[in-house]
Amino acid sequence: MYWKETMRQMEDIGIGSLVIVALISVFMGAVAAVQFSYQLDGTLVPRWYIGYIVRDLAIIESAPTITCLVLAGKVGSNMAAELGGMRQKEHIDAMEIMGVNTAAYLILPKIIAALFVIPLLVTLSAYIAIGGGYLSTVPVGTLSADEYDRGLRAFFLPFNVTMMYVKAVVFSFILTTVPCFQGYFVTGGNIELGKASTNAVVFSNILILLADYLLAVLLTG
Amino acid sequence: MIKAENIFKSFEGTEVLKGISMEFHPGKTNLIIGRSGAGKTVFLKILVGLIEPSSGKVWYDDVDFFTLNKKQIREIRMKVGMLFQGSALFDSMTVEENVRFPLDMFSKDTLGERKKRVNWCLERVGLTGANDKFPSEISGGMQKRVGIARAIVMEPKYLFCDEPNSGLDPRTALTIDELIQDITYDQNMTTIINTHDMNSVMEIGDNIAYLHLGQLAWTGSKDEVLTSENELLQGFIFASPFLQRLRSAALKEE
Repeated sequence: MYWKETMRQMEDIGIGSLVIVALISVFMGAVAAVQFSYQLDGTLVPRWYIGYIVRDLAIIESAPTITCLVLAGKVGSNMAAELGGMRQKEHIDAMEIMGVNTAAYLILPKIIAALFVIPLLVTLSAYIAIGGGYLSTVPVGTLSADEYDRGLRAFFLPFNVTMMYVKAVVFSFILTTVPCFQGYFVTGGNIELGKASTNAVVFSNILILLADYLLAVLLTG
Repeated sequence: MIKAENIFKSFEGTEVLKGISMEFHPGKTNLIIGRSGAGKTVFLKILVGLIEPSSGKVWYDDVDFFTLNKKQIREIRMKVGMLFQGSALFDSMTVEENVRFPLDMFSKDTLGERKKRVNWCLERVGLTGANDKFPSEISGGMQKRVGIARAIVMEPKYLFCDEPNSGLDPRTALTIDELIQDITYDQNMTTIINTHDMNSVMEIGDNIAYLHLGQLAWTGSKDEVLTSENELLQGFIFASPFLQRLRSAALKEE
């Protein structure tokens, strides 16, 4: 039952978030490429640097952080509402009376599923963002495919990928535990459930940004 | 047997239960009745262990429930079934999956054996063939019956029902009452029902406890309700002029 629930959560979080993650990623990459080409225009910085900047921006920051901020909104509010609804409709009480450890059955599969699936989504996001940068610059003639490719291959540090995964795992933990806490312990009616759902997103986002800063300091210091 | 011993409960300084003691015996339908705000639901939740009392004890046979550790509580809960006011069926699961849920969590039986048990329970509550329907596809009365099937699937010793008839028409309510009573007698369960429904009181109340402002105001059986001189009880059960006339007529007949 726990395995089945974990699989269901993986599908909900992973497959259910593919479209939104793909959409924001392609535009993140595209916007980054367009704006950097604008800023670098007329400077001595070679144009192929755009590929390098888009790659590192995607890997180090936008893929883990922006993706997880968006997932905190989509997945986090969903988790808080689901658990809060179950609390209000006495589903959690019903499980407790059956002898089910409700925290283990309802919360743990969500955390485990997120810890596995969100790093995969973040990886995908990084690839798509890099693809977005390519689409917004190469076909319109801002720079050639070879130049973009040269930028992508330049100054690559494998540790940046490690940093991306560390961030993805930490943010996944935050964006599941905070909403689960808010939803699981909700009391009152629909207004309180709405507040719990909002708090889940707000607190998750704040904690993700705080963790982002701390990880940046720790991992690059 | 379940025994409540001098139960007190306060919420933020407001005393909701004021020293309630009573016993609930197996093979009987025990009803807890009272006006809204009398403390019935809090008392039922204390009995089932969802809320801890401010003071007092709840005994399951010779076991003091609130001194148990988590593992021991789980063992007791394996023997408990509960029907909730809103049925508390899991929306994303079919009727069969809802009823099978406790078995899937705890039973070591094969899937075939579990399905057989589920079918027996569904047949017992008159829902043969409803296995693949979702809760949203069935009526309120059917949802209550699925709730009963789920409550009895683990063959509990203790059955708790919170307002089993709320939102049901009188005919369906009677069917649910009879079903609960039959199951109680057949399986010699200790059944505790929290209800507002006066039909339930007069039809299935083997033992009735009337709570008033957090205190036990009256106990007796359905046969004693009519003749009781307790003004609080009479004011509650025969609240309307119509019911008062019915009571007078019934007393004259006797």
